[in-house]
Amino acid sequence: MEEKDILTALREALPGAVLEEGESFGDPVVRIRPEALLPAAGLLKAEPPGYAMLLDATCVDYPDRPGRFEMVYHFFSLARNRRIRVKADLPAGRPEIASLAAMWKNAAWLEREIFDMFGVRFAGHPDLRRLFLDEGFEGHPLRKDFPLRGRQPLPSNSKQETP
Amino acid sequence: MAGGFLTTRFDALLSWGRKYSLFHYPFITACCGMEYMSTACAHYDIDRFGAGMTRFSPRQADMLLVVGTINRKLAPVLKTVYDQMTEPKWVMAFGACTVSGGIYDNYAVVQGIDEIIPVDIYIPGCPPRPETVLDGLLKLQEKIKAEGQDWRWKKKTS
Repeated sequence: MEEKDILTALREALPGAVLEEGESFGDPVVRIRPEALLPAAGLLKAEPPGYAMLLDATCVDYPDRPGRFEMVYHFFSLARNRRIRVKADLPAGRPEIASLAAMWKNAAWLEREIFDMFGVRFAGHPDLRRLFLDEGFEGHPLRKDFPLRGRQPLPSNSKQETP
Repeated sequence: MAGGFLTTRFDALLSWGRKYSLFHYPFITACCGMEYMSTACAHYDIDRFGAGMTRFSPRQADMLLVVGTINRKLAPVLKTVYDQMTEPKWVMAFGACTVSGGIYDNYAVVQGIDEIIPVDIYIPGCPPRPETVLDGLLKLQEKIKAEGQDWRWKKKTS
């Protein structure tokens, strides 16, 4: 089975990096140490079946877990029609993980979105700015401790001038 | 012949001309755009009321139709578009999102475009039916007729 093979390859190439293996909806799920993301992603891209496509990168906030921010990457093998999900837990204090923007260009915007919504920083990102919100916005709205409405004053360049 | 008489009649002629020659600029961001298209095209035919001329440059438009959700990042853009329009100009808030933020009661959406620009007519509905839009247009025309030469910028400088 190819799934077993890629997981075995990950375990052998990066000893100690794989923390948990499982399966969800027929696709393998692997939880790795955040430091090992870059080599693990490189291996997934290079080794057969070749997960050449980054489908999605996102983040989940679990305020009660020690690794509060769970990064979730979805990779897809165009050659074999296979998917794999890679997860990594980041601490609450200063969540930071390596950027995949050098390997997959679409990661640049996905990571900007995660930075905007969760405040996770990406080491080596070429242009880490907010994607959806304006530069003056404070806080990260998809964190669970962000207030439900959390309205903030509009940027000064869009205020109505009072005569 | 008294000067006052002439000025009054000129005002009436000017307002009459203005209310039937509204060049509009559609600032469309969301689903209300469908209703705008329906209103503007042959079936409901906004041209019957003299507002059929769509200009795709704000510099040539009299009426700004803000159609759809305006979020924080778009707010400076809308402000710029409004500033680019020449006087006299009117703003129509088209649909619940532009009036009050609509169902988007959250951090990202502007809670009514009157936080950004002055609005002349508010059209409720999510989305408003074309009849509602035409009703709003007629009300705006009444307003223009009553305005005369008392333009907004004149009030501002005085």
